[in-house]
Amino acid sequence: MSSAPAQRYTRIAMAFHWLLALMIVGSFSVGVYMTDLPFSPERLKLYNWHKWAGVTLLALTAARLVWRLSHRPPAAPAMPHWQERAAAASHGLMYVLFFAIPLLGWAYSSASGFPIVWFGVLPLPDFVPVDKGLAEALKPWHEWTAKGLATLVVLHVAAALKHHFIDRDGLLSRMLPGRS
Amino acid sequence: MKRLLASACLFATLAAVLAPSAVAQTIVKQGSEISFTSRQLGVPVDGRFAQWDAQIRFDPKAPAAGEVSFSIATGSATFGSTETETEVRQPVWFNVAAFPQAKFASTAIAAAGPGRFDVSGRLTIKGQTRDIVVPVTLAGNVASGSFTIQRLAFDIGSGEWADTSMVANDVKVQFKLQLEGLKP
Repeated sequence: MSSAPAQRYTRIAMAFHWLLALMIVGSFSVGVYMTDLPFSPERLKLYNWHKWAGVTLLALTAARLVWRLSHRPPAAPAMPHWQERAAAASHGLMYVLFFAIPLLGWAYSSASGFPIVWFGVLPLPDFVPVDKGLAEALKPWHEWTAKGLATLVVLHVAAALKHHFIDRDGLLSRMLPGRS
Repeated sequence: MKRLLASACLFATLAAVLAPSAVAQTIVKQGSEISFTSRQLGVPVDGRFAQWDAQIRFDPKAPAAGEVSFSIATGSATFGSTETETEVRQPVWFNVAAFPQAKFASTAIAAAGPGRFDVSGRLTIKGQTRDIVVPVTLAGNVASGSFTIQRLAFDIGSGEWADTSMVANDVKVQFKLQLEGLKP
């Protein structure tokens, strides 16, 4: 358990990981909740917060990726080859979805005739035209990629907990701040 | 002969009286548009009316004699999303069931510079009538312009939607009319 003294992610990487984890869970929850609400000011507010959070996630993920590519992550403890491959594949796929989901949401919003004004202040460009057919086509993609990410997150957490509590191999402590 | 002369005089008088109003224009729907922009939490949301009619009798050389009236089907408001279209027909917004038409009727038209006119008139939406002045620019056969109305003056978005920090009070209305039959 105490086999990994200096084998941690950088503090910046940890900050990105946990902040984005919180924001992703929050945005996903709001997203699931708001779609069933009746048309109301509350719903309008939640939709806008969801969009602001999505664009923020997109920007932070871009910064995080730059950090990730310029800072080698600490080596993982020894594990079966298939687990290493599964971890690499799911991490890669999560990154793809971190970008794809907000971009799909942004496009869906633009196509529906609602350009995004970040935090109600900064108008963002529309990269697709206002088009009902396109909006209807994009909506399920935004939903299903988000649900796909939710599934991956559950697997990710389950795997981390399995390493921590069953394998007791110190994998999780690489992403935890504190005692070294 | 006397009667014939009298008839001719009467006809000439009638023609003279009717002349200004005889220059009626038709609107070419292709290339004409009435649209509007509202703001929800700072987000501009564009809508457009698909069905409307206009009666225009206007001579740029005698603007004061002109007359303009519009009738707009409130239920024909189209947006980027079907959900918005459905919502806007509800009683809190346009209340299309009770007020299917919005109307504008000019009361005075005045020249306001070369190719520019101020059209004063009464705008009625949702049973509420307000006096407005619409600046119009005439370029060739195209009359265009925009003006801003306050949605709450017309009871558009009442109850929980009256909060202007959610939906701004100001709504910008834009129009572009392709005219046919305008005197050169």
